Amino acid sequence: MSQLVTVGQAFQQGLREEMLRDDTIFVLGTDLFIRGGHFAQVKGIGAEFGPERVIDSPISEAAMVSAGVGAALNGMRPVVDLNFIDFAFGAMDEIANQAAKARYLWGRPVPLVIRASSGITLYAAQHNNSLESWFMHTPGLLVVMPSNAADTKGIIKSALRGEDPVIFLMHKRLTGARGEVGGPDDYVPIGKAAVAREGRSATVVSSGIVVGKVLKAAEILAADGIEIEVIDLRTIFPLDMDLIEGSVRKTGRALVVTEEPPYASVASEVAASIQENAFEYLDAPITRVTAAHSPIAHSPQLMEALIPQVEGIVTAVRRSFERWPSSEQ
Amino acid sequence: MTNSQATVPEPETLVDIDLTGLPLGELGEWLETMLIIREFEDSLEPFTRTGQIPGDVHQASGQEAVAVGVMRALAPTDIVASPHRPHHHALAKGLTPRAVMAELWGRATGCSGGRGGTMHLNDFSLGYFGSNGIVGGALGIAMGAALAAKLQHTKQVCVGFFGDGAANTGRTWECVNFAALEKLPLIAVCENNQYAVETYVGRATSGKSIADRAAGFGLPAVQVDGQDVSAVYKAATEARARAMNGEGPSFIEAVTYRYHGHQTNEIVNYRTGDEVEHWRLTRDPIERLRHALEEAGLLEASKYEELVANAHEVVQDAIRFAEESPTPDPATAAEGVIGLALDSKGAE
Repeated sequence: MSQLVTVGQAFQQGLREEMLRDDTIFVLGTDLFIRGGHFAQVKGIGAEFGPERVIDSPISEAAMVSAGVGAALNGMRPVVDLNFIDFAFGAMDEIANQAAKARYLWGRPVPLVIRASSGITLYAAQHNNSLESWFMHTPGLLVVMPSNAADTKGIIKSALRGEDPVIFLMHKRLTGARGEVGGPDDYVPIGKAAVAREGRSATVVSSGIVVGKVLKAAEILAADGIEIEVIDLRTIFPLDMDLIEGSVRKTGRALVVTEEPPYASVASEVAASIQENAFEYLDAPITRVTAAHSPIAHSPQLMEALIPQVEGIVTAVRRSFERWPSSEQ
Repeated sequence: MTNSQATVPEPETLVDIDLTGLPLGELGEWLETMLIIREFEDSLEPFTRTGQIPGDVHQASGQEAVAVGVMRALAPTDIVASPHRPHHHALAKGLTPRAVMAELWGRATGCSGGRGGTMHLNDFSLGYFGSNGIVGGALGIAMGAALAAKLQHTKQVCVGFFGDGAANTGRTWECVNFAALEKLPLIAVCENNQYAVETYVGRATSGKSIADRAAGFGLPAVQVDGQDVSAVYKAATEARARAMNGEGPSFIEAVTYRYHGHQTNEIVNYRTGDEVEHWRLTRDPIERLRHALEEAGLLEASKYEELVANAHEVVQDAIRFAEESPTPDPATAAEGVIGLALDSKGAE
């Protein structure tokens, strides 16, 4: 039983262990060396590894990601830390048109990690974009979104041993969430989802911070005798459809809950893939529970109203059973 | 030539270039390479019309001295990245006319296996980190490669080429600023051929010159005659020496000229035929090198004719090679998108 660490510390641990192992890994971003990043995600790394491996950048997102792509093409493993995923807009060509394309065009791997905090919290519209489906939609990128400390540590370690550009999304409101983590040799593979709670009544797929809300909903529903199986995607691309479809074949019902606008979303993709591959097992249409198709507001009352909440998840599951009772019940 | 915005040459006859300080024994190869580039570029348009080259391409006829002058100042292990008008860089860096031509034709034997075409050439084994379809993209890749070279002490110098159009993108100056701050072994080479597609540089670019802008970032920045292979070579040699000494990046604005339109089959109505002819008559980089070599007694007329014939044969060989090469297997079209082994259905 290891000591409980925060998600932020888990990232730092995983990064640090890999930096000790591989001296081609370096971190580049704003406010990293002294402050340790806006989420303390690389705290202490600067002092330990020095300014050649923790490089403070001017606020030039295009230059940061360019530097990462070029350095990755020239033999290194950069971690570009954008702090907030919203700042990726300033480097979208470098991410989508350079990092993502080099392997396909040139057969040249780009072992680059772009880490950013994401997800919905305070500070309103421009700091609360959910871009995971943008990146999922871009061939050549891997996209990960861990929901807890152990996966955060295990997945960053895998990312730093892979050969692909990885968009590493950490929810802002999970930064301080504590949990156990694995040791130096514990890796969590990219492309593998996890069953966060087993159940037989319905499959509920989610990711990141939403997994916690779905688990709370599962407790409430269990009191009614509805046992939902909670799947934590962990990786947004490539989706682990084998795990999801296996669960749906067992439960006969699927919901997808994500914190993003609904159109062309991760939730849409999961739902479409389920119906393409497991339609005959479904007792009910697939339900999506997502954020509203809206920018995010400042007032906490407005902000919370825009994103999935436990009560809404419970209601969506119940409504599914009410409208489309299970064939075997 | 001190202002980027009006650089039509005044003289009526060929302007001399000065060979002093150049490696005289190598100048025959420089001329040979420039002739091959010219022949290569001038051969392309008919094949774009037949569709044998799918799509149009950007030719660099007239800009040969920039490519050869820079590339001959580099070591083979140095790194180069090109923008959308890249054939002269690729050929001068050592890619074969066969590999580049076959790529333009979309053949499996092309340097990118037919996946890239003109704007996505590559040969990493030769330090050629690709041509790039997005304005300003190549400078970023060269800058990142330079960061790796510095951190890993590889003694590589990295060159990012871009045009006068890229001098008006934010990313270009983000990269110049970052390189200057980190003292990266980077040479930023702006090929100011004076037209971004059809927009004249003076219409699009504020300030005295592009080099003058760069100087504001605190790195050595010079404007050179890009039609003078000697001037380009000397500027690049100085820049490379600074980079190797750990003194950081340099900026070269090479004022040059493209004889063809922005792309093949373009109707060029944004400049006059007289303007093009004047550049050809007075500033042609090949004629200027040829004349200087003849004046110096380093080139006989018969040898020049031999080089011209050789360039023709090399390019014809490349065309035959492309024509006879297989097209890529459509079954492979979506392969190699990511490196991770895909064993989940969502990634099919």
